[in-house]
Amino acid sequence: MTRQLREVVFVDGVRTPFGKAKGQYAETRADDLVIKCIRDLLRRNPDLPPERIDEVAIAATTQIGDQGLTLGRTAGLLSGLPASVPGFAIDRMCAGAMTAVTTTAGGIAFGSYDVVIAGGVEHMGRHPMGEGVDPNPRIVAERIVDPDALVMGNTAENVHDRYPAITKERCDALAVRSQQRAAAAYEAGIIQPDLVPVATRSAQEGWGLATVDEPMRPGTTVEQLAGLKTPFRPHGRVTAGNAAGINDGATACLLADEETARELGLPVRMRMVGFAFAGVEPEVMAVGPIPATEKALAKAGLSIEDIDAFEINEAFAVQVLAFLDHFGLAEDDERVNPYGGAIAFGHPLASSGVRLMTQLARQFEARPEARYGLTSMCIGLGMGGTVIWENPHWSAHQEQGEAAIIDSAGKVA
Amino acid sequence: MTELSTLIERATALASEDEVVTTARLRKVALPAGAGVMGLITLDNGLDHTRPNTFGPRGLISLDAAIDAALADDEIVALGVTGKPFILAAGADLTTLAAAGPDGVRVIAELGHAVFRRLIDGGKPSFGFINGLALGGGLEVALHCTYRTILDTAAAVGLPEVMLGLVPGWGGSHLLPNLIGPERATTVFIENPLNNGRTLTGAQAFGLGIADAMFTGADFLERSLSWAGDVLTGTITVERTEIDRGEAWDAAVRRAEGVVAGRTGGASPAGVRAVDLLAGARAASRDEGFAAEDDALEAMSRTPELLASLYSFDLVQKRAKRPAGAPDRALARKVTKVGIVGAGLMASQMALLFVQRLKVPVVLTDLDQSRADKGVAYVHAELDKRLAAGKASPDATNRLKALVSGTVDQASAFADADFVIEAVFEELSVKRQVFAAVEKVVSPETILATNTSSLSITEMAADLDHPERLVGFHFFNPVAVMPLLEIIRGKETDEATLATAFATGKALKKTAVLVKDSPSFIVNRLLGRFMGEVARIADDGTPIEVVDRAFAGVTPMPPYLLIALVGPAIALHNGETLHAAFPERFHVSANLRAVVEAGKPGFYAPGTFEVDPAVAELMTIGTTVLDETQVRRRTLEALADETSRMLEEGVASAPEDIDLAMITGAGFCFWNGGLTMLLDREGISTAVLGRTFH
Repeated sequence: MTRQLREVVFVDGVRTPFGKAKGQYAETRADDLVIKCIRDLLRRNPDLPPERIDEVAIAATTQIGDQGLTLGRTAGLLSGLPASVPGFAIDRMCAGAMTAVTTTAGGIAFGSYDVVIAGGVEHMGRHPMGEGVDPNPRIVAERIVDPDALVMGNTAENVHDRYPAITKERCDALAVRSQQRAAAAYEAGIIQPDLVPVATRSAQEGWGLATVDEPMRPGTTVEQLAGLKTPFRPHGRVTAGNAAGINDGATACLLADEETARELGLPVRMRMVGFAFAGVEPEVMAVGPIPATEKALAKAGLSIEDIDAFEINEAFAVQVLAFLDHFGLAEDDERVNPYGGAIAFGHPLASSGVRLMTQLARQFEARPEARYGLTSMCIGLGMGGTVIWENPHWSAHQEQGEAAIIDSAGKVA
Repeated sequence: MTELSTLIERATALASEDEVVTTARLRKVALPAGAGVMGLITLDNGLDHTRPNTFGPRGLISLDAAIDAALADDEIVALGVTGKPFILAAGADLTTLAAAGPDGVRVIAELGHAVFRRLIDGGKPSFGFINGLALGGGLEVALHCTYRTILDTAAAVGLPEVMLGLVPGWGGSHLLPNLIGPERATTVFIENPLNNGRTLTGAQAFGLGIADAMFTGADFLERSLSWAGDVLTGTITVERTEIDRGEAWDAAVRRAEGVVAGRTGGASPAGVRAVDLLAGARAASRDEGFAAEDDALEAMSRTPELLASLYSFDLVQKRAKRPAGAPDRALARKVTKVGIVGAGLMASQMALLFVQRLKVPVVLTDLDQSRADKGVAYVHAELDKRLAAGKASPDATNRLKALVSGTVDQASAFADADFVIEAVFEELSVKRQVFAAVEKVVSPETILATNTSSLSITEMAADLDHPERLVGFHFFNPVAVMPLLEIIRGKETDEATLATAFATGKALKKTAVLVKDSPSFIVNRLLGRFMGEVARIADDGTPIEVVDRAFAGVTPMPPYLLIALVGPAIALHNGETLHAAFPERFHVSANLRAVVEAGKPGFYAPGTFEVDPAVAELMTIGTTVLDETQVRRRTLEALADETSRMLEEGVASAPEDIDLAMITGAGFCFWNGGLTMLLDREGISTAVLGRTFH
């Protein structure tokens, strides 16, 4: 039998507004957050018969309590998907949703799935990182990982040690820029269309409705950031201001085989070119995106110059700067996180990968001149992940008269 | 109408420190689609969903304050009302209501109206988001809103007040017929309450037009808020069916009257009053309609039926769930297999119930295989009916059918049974033989239960090696329908056996009442005294037709109709058994014996309420003719006497258990509080006993 690889496309992505831990979602269940996203994806894409969904892959880092019980399956059932639609739970710490996407994308390309839902959730208010873990004593006894590396802030400080050129001032400036860009994107209405409102329970205040990202601090200045504490080291560089916070939120996206998307009349907002994950020493986990990106570019036969749009997860400003310095990109490059990043919006661990993709899809829509883009993130325990995407709106592509002809709304004509 | 501020003052005076206050929490919510800000009010009593929100005086005042704040805030364009998870509200706080007295009830009625109607008259559109259970005042608060959404799986939606001896008095009686039409409203606030308090699911309520939109639980409030935004911006226009205020309204009122007559014989004041309100709702203005509700509520609060209904409600809601005198549940043994001696109709009905509820193997045994097979066939046929009606899945039906078997070989069938119950001929020697045989093949701990309706458990156990494991387990016919299960403790019955009997009764979803070993236990003894007295009166000369008319509003059916239903022979047998025990009080009717001996199916000519001439010829009657009032009085006096004796003998632990048994086992009326409340309020207890039961 001959086998033909199929194109994987990003159809649509949504997320809940992100919350601060103990904030707007303090009394809202984690699984409910991702259920709202799945429901909204179905409503936004009424042409998709729910029974055509072949898999629901949902990530969470801490898979216990309301993030346990085989999330992808329970979330599917609780979302009202037909019982015939299967699902599973997935974990790669911060890159959970990204891995949900790449794993199911592999299944689509292989021909096992036509349409999937991939996403993630992390309710860090209910499930702080490291909740209930039982690290193997060999980690210490055999010095496999410096125990300090289990605390992400320490690893960020370690990256500063490795790259002395990345100063706290540069990090703070990047953080302020992230807040400003996020505020401008909100102002321009770029973020809100992909947010799913969530009814928030509060025994004290009554029901509310979450419609905006709670962590944002639009007026932040470098002066304010300069004065913040450095909790991981005395006189260190990593602060609450130049890192993402402790957050609650969920994301989900629809991926499809391109021909199926065409058949069902689903929009094609991005086309997957390739992906790679790479490991680094856990002590400097934040450099993970560099080897992951190099590997992904190499496998795709592209170079960094081919990439015109970037969504890099701002777990820590230092991690973004390490990436930019490595690839020779300016720290205020307009093509990198133009709508702001995790420092402004928040980083509910396993959910963030799809937020990057949703924002890259918006970049592609706004910038048809950009042909390729990438989403990249660092991952706890020393890893990085990168997914390279092609812009279906790319104008030169149309001129060449290749197969896909895309209208302005992103629908396959 | 009294000023709101005055009502609040009066209600504050009524308010109890013990009120579990449902607080109304106002929060501003930006609606999607730029529809502006909603003042969203969440009703929350701070407890979980097992303790629903209710409205007492302080709760209503809290809601008033929240509505005040929302109306005063210029940023707020619309109001919304919803509840804590799974619950909107379960209606008025019955404890406050019961304690308030008629004047207090009037204040609470008017205050509820005054507060709720600000959702109509406040000048801002309002939305009721029915997010779960919404009963009585819980539904009425939503009915006051301009628009409503409802959760499709909401567990209980309805206006059950009439069941409790009340009427929907916070707008329900007026608003509902004007919203969904009189015919559908009759079903919701008259027929369902009188049908054991039946309620609607969210989907059913939506189908009747109670809500304008229905959403599912995954994102009910999000969709409701989004829908509200669309309504406010004009994207969605709400359309409702026009109501026929002509002949259809008359027809609905006639049907409602028929329902009330059929269910209560007109004896429940609340049912009658609800029909009046329905009739009036056609032409009444809102002010008039609400004023009529205030009057009706106050009038109901002056009826003894209200307190009696609340008493009955407490019995079936609370006492039935925690039977008085039941041992610690921890002592109960596990029942993993049930044996039934006998395979006749009673045995087969029990087999059906056991297998459906316990889902364990059930073996019917009889003297020959064909009888055993017939019993199994009955159970299978009943299970197939449920399958055909879509009430059970094929897999679940297969499972239950495979669990039921029939055999003549007790030794192998009962060897590993944990619970063996007999349903053989009602004769002590027969039952003793049965248990002597069963005891040879079961383990020493197997519970032995008897479905006897009259015989002594202690005597039945006398010759057993292990008399401590025999217990009375008396079902009422039809087994599937009647809730009552009398559990009878013999002299030797031990705690583990009794605990297992109660645990099994609970698993069977029956209302279990503990009874002392005594002739015919509670229900049959009182019915026996009742029927004996009735027969004595008829034998003495009062026409049967007059006798039968005397008990409307006391018993579910006239006594001579009951004889036809259970069969004259069984009625006679019960009377004779009791006569043997208490010859001085229990009358055995020679005329009844004559009917039995002649093989007649009853006293009435089949299908009529007139005495069959052939039966009349058999009867010997006296010349003392009483009227209906006298018949009723004399019979109830006899019941007061018997009840008092039973309590003295310790047959039941309290009047509450007698009433619970008479309501659930004999169908005595809910709004009378069963029996003892009726005897007290009609002065019969005092006349006969010189004291009241309560």
